[in-house]
Amino acid sequence: MKIHIKNGHLIDPKNKIDAKQDVYIAAGKIVGIGQAPTGFIANQTIDATDLIVAPGFVDLSARLREPGSEHKATLTSELQAAAAGGVTSLACPPDTNPVLDEPGLVEMLKHRAKQLNLAHVYPLGALTRKLEGKLLTEMCELTAAGCVGFSQADIAIIDTQVLWRAFEYAATFGYTIFIRAEDYYLAKDGVAHDGEIASRLGLKGIPTAAECLAIASILRIAHETKTKVHLCRLSTAESVDLVRQAKKQGIQVTADVSAQHCHLTDHDIGYFNSHANLKPPLRSTRDKAALCQGLKDGSIDAICSDHTPVNDDAKLLPFAEAEAGATGLELLLPLALKWAADNKASLSDAVAKITSQPASILGIAGGHLSLNADADIAIFNPQLEWKIEASQLISQGKNTPFLGLTLTGKMQYTLLHGQISYQG
Amino acid sequence: MYNPQLDNDGNLKHLLTIEGLPKKILTQILDTAETFVGVAERDIKKVPLLRGKTVCNIFFENSTRTRTTFEIAAKRLSADVINLNVGTSSQSKGETILDTVDNLIAMHADMFVVRHGQSGAAHFIAQHVPDNISVINAGDGRHAHPTQGLLDVFTVRRYKPDMHNLRVALVGDVLHSRVARSEIHALTTLGVPEVRVIAPKTLLPAGVEKLGVQVFHDMKAGLKDVDVIMMLRLQNERMTGALLPSAQEYFKTFGLTPEKLSYAKPDAIVMHPGPMNRGVEIDSSVADGSQSVILPQVTYGIAVRMAVMAILAGGNA
Amino acid sequence: MQLPNPETLLAEITAKIQTQLEINGAPNTALVGIHSGGVWLMQRILASTKQDVAHGMLDAALYRDDYAQRGLKTEPKPSNIAFDVTDKHIILIDDIFYTGRTTRAAMNELFDYGRPASITLAVLINRGGAELPIVPNIVGANIVLKPNQDLQLTQDAGGKLLLSLQKASHV
Repeated sequence: MKIHIKNGHLIDPKNKIDAKQDVYIAAGKIVGIGQAPTGFIANQTIDATDLIVAPGFVDLSARLREPGSEHKATLTSELQAAAAGGVTSLACPPDTNPVLDEPGLVEMLKHRAKQLNLAHVYPLGALTRKLEGKLLTEMCELTAAGCVGFSQADIAIIDTQVLWRAFEYAATFGYTIFIRAEDYYLAKDGVAHDGEIASRLGLKGIPTAAECLAIASILRIAHETKTKVHLCRLSTAESVDLVRQAKKQGIQVTADVSAQHCHLTDHDIGYFNSHANLKPPLRSTRDKAALCQGLKDGSIDAICSDHTPVNDDAKLLPFAEAEAGATGLELLLPLALKWAADNKASLSDAVAKITSQPASILGIAGGHLSLNADADIAIFNPQLEWKIEASQLISQGKNTPFLGLTLTGKMQYTLLHGQISYQG
Repeated sequence: MYNPQLDNDGNLKHLLTIEGLPKKILTQILDTAETFVGVAERDIKKVPLLRGKTVCNIFFENSTRTRTTFEIAAKRLSADVINLNVGTSSQSKGETILDTVDNLIAMHADMFVVRHGQSGAAHFIAQHVPDNISVINAGDGRHAHPTQGLLDVFTVRRYKPDMHNLRVALVGDVLHSRVARSEIHALTTLGVPEVRVIAPKTLLPAGVEKLGVQVFHDMKAGLKDVDVIMMLRLQNERMTGALLPSAQEYFKTFGLTPEKLSYAKPDAIVMHPGPMNRGVEIDSSVADGSQSVILPQVTYGIAVRMAVMAILAGGNA
Repeated sequence: MQLPNPETLLAEITAKIQTQLEINGAPNTALVGIHSGGVWLMQRILASTKQDVAHGMLDAALYRDDYAQRGLKTEPKPSNIAFDVTDKHIILIDDIFYTGRTTRAAMNELFDYGRPASITLAVLINRGGAELPIVPNIVGANIVLKPNQDLQLTQDAGGKLLLSLQKASHV
């Protein structure tokens, strides 16, 4: 299938392109940028006037809920949501049921995803068996099956000896550890940021220290064991400082922030809105400002959706009893654009945070539109406003604190390997 | 600004928390309660206001004493009362809170009095009931216990009418206390100039000063020149949770003994929401002493709850 | 329209009440005023009799029939019936008699205190428009008003009674 994307504004941060350029696709690959290759005759033309043409987005964390939690969501529904959100590559955390700690499960997941042909799925394998924090998993076998890194999802490893050895073992083979740093005991049973809002609402708080103590430990361990570590979902100003310092010292660390945390704070809990129940919790205005600045100065490398679909019943409960998480694949684009608009960053910066940067963190091909790269492309209207409504969302999870709000930026076409996987 | 407790005309529609209620609504409740104190002193302790209405006590967390005072209050307004002790056993049978509430709505109840172990539960239920039903929060987690806060300030107002000239101290486990939060909001909304909390650091919530209180860790300094002492209950779990070493040490440092009481003004009143742990947060001689108004609090509690129900159940033309 | 002098009316109904007192005997009688105008009148009448007569006040707000429509309109003032109602001849005193509903509420409240021997209703002004089969026994003056008119009794700083005519606030 030969496709000509014409009149679009191309933004490809990796190749430093931010200009009007046409794109030519053949046999699922990019065969021309700006100029058609000789003899190119398009079967299909996409008119991208007033639209941005960008690499398909790369999401560092999207829960697909398979295997095990099909009542919350399925591969089909969530990969369709990914396509609708312009996400062509995503990493999924290992907290499925059963946990992704066996190569067979990983293979099955990859196989299913490939059949659906809606997005590339890169599983993160469990760092410890059943995520229990006691025994190591077969990281080599899991990598051979398709894992691009190892994670503990939201579960802390309490035994520091195990944590240390898991890092060392991963470092032996150069694997990256994706970890959401949080002290188990300080965060236990907490549901909100430990501050004035949680105190007023009578919600058990998770103090800032729970995150930055754990980050400080992990950075130390990573430094000494020479492990590549990626810190997931930073939420505090102090954490941003720690990562900034670590990078200055040359420690191999990258970090991301969830799209929600770029915009919301604990004030958004309002009258106990369970859609604002997230892990890590939404924190203070000061923390939010630091996270946005961290993205701007490169201390934080990427924005991810942290897509976590939750069924309605699990949210229709008093705040602390509700299941944490928000659906996010379809909001990644408008929220990334809003970060740029609110923080005087460029459109290209925003695109980098959801394409080239996360791709390099995952170590995958993708996140750029070089010649001969896979034609994974996101074409979007950066000016189009749309209201976030349950009926508009394709994900099975309708749980987002942005429900009822209007955001700017909507997908028009998503191409996966040169085929249109979504049309707006 | 949207306030889930008020209707479009600013009248009280639910009582979920004292926080965010305008001063004139608090005063309306307190002034109405004055009349109901008189009703309790008559031979026929009933008025016909809620005749034919059904009040449901839905207690997801057990409490005989609070439930009984709401029941008495409802019956003195001539209402019919249904008591539903949901407890944890029925929850483990899988019925959600909303299912329980929907069943009661289908039985044409007019007013729900709700107590639940989770903060925000009363707000949650209020969002799901139809317009004709009012919800009264009888305690949700550690968030709010508005009728207790109201009866406490009613008591203060009765004994110390000049509220704009008072120093009030709350003593004890503020961190876990919905009563403390409600008391603080009521006192600050009514314009009490100095509200203090006295507790060890482990029993104070983050950012507590932002609620408008001064923080003390020492009884001598904290009770100096105080007119009203509001004691808070200390639960046994606090000793096992590494928040406090022992009841004995707590009593020595923060327990209200006659000696500590003497640091306050000589005519200071002593209050406690009950039930009391004698010898832990309060010495028996103080609890039973001349400065204690703990028993009148109970009487006023019924009048205040009658006032809340009467205001909520009335129409608004 | 020319309003009568409330002080004159008060003198007239006081005389009639005095007669009533003599018939049943002061120890067997009680004067009960309905807040707020009725209470001022009751206090003035009490002072005039120069006798030791049992007395009290009622708000009747908790017995009104319009609670379902209007709620508790203003904070009810405390009722105070310190004497034993049973077997007493009650003289119920109010300032303006209109629909009769306030009287009905006050009587219901009185009956919750005990079983009176009789109730005599004394009012300063009957403005016509009774909606219930209640007729005041002692009346200072009969004045017919339109539904959009409101008659109000007030007291000045010196305790002198004043009558004024206003446009009705609720029609």
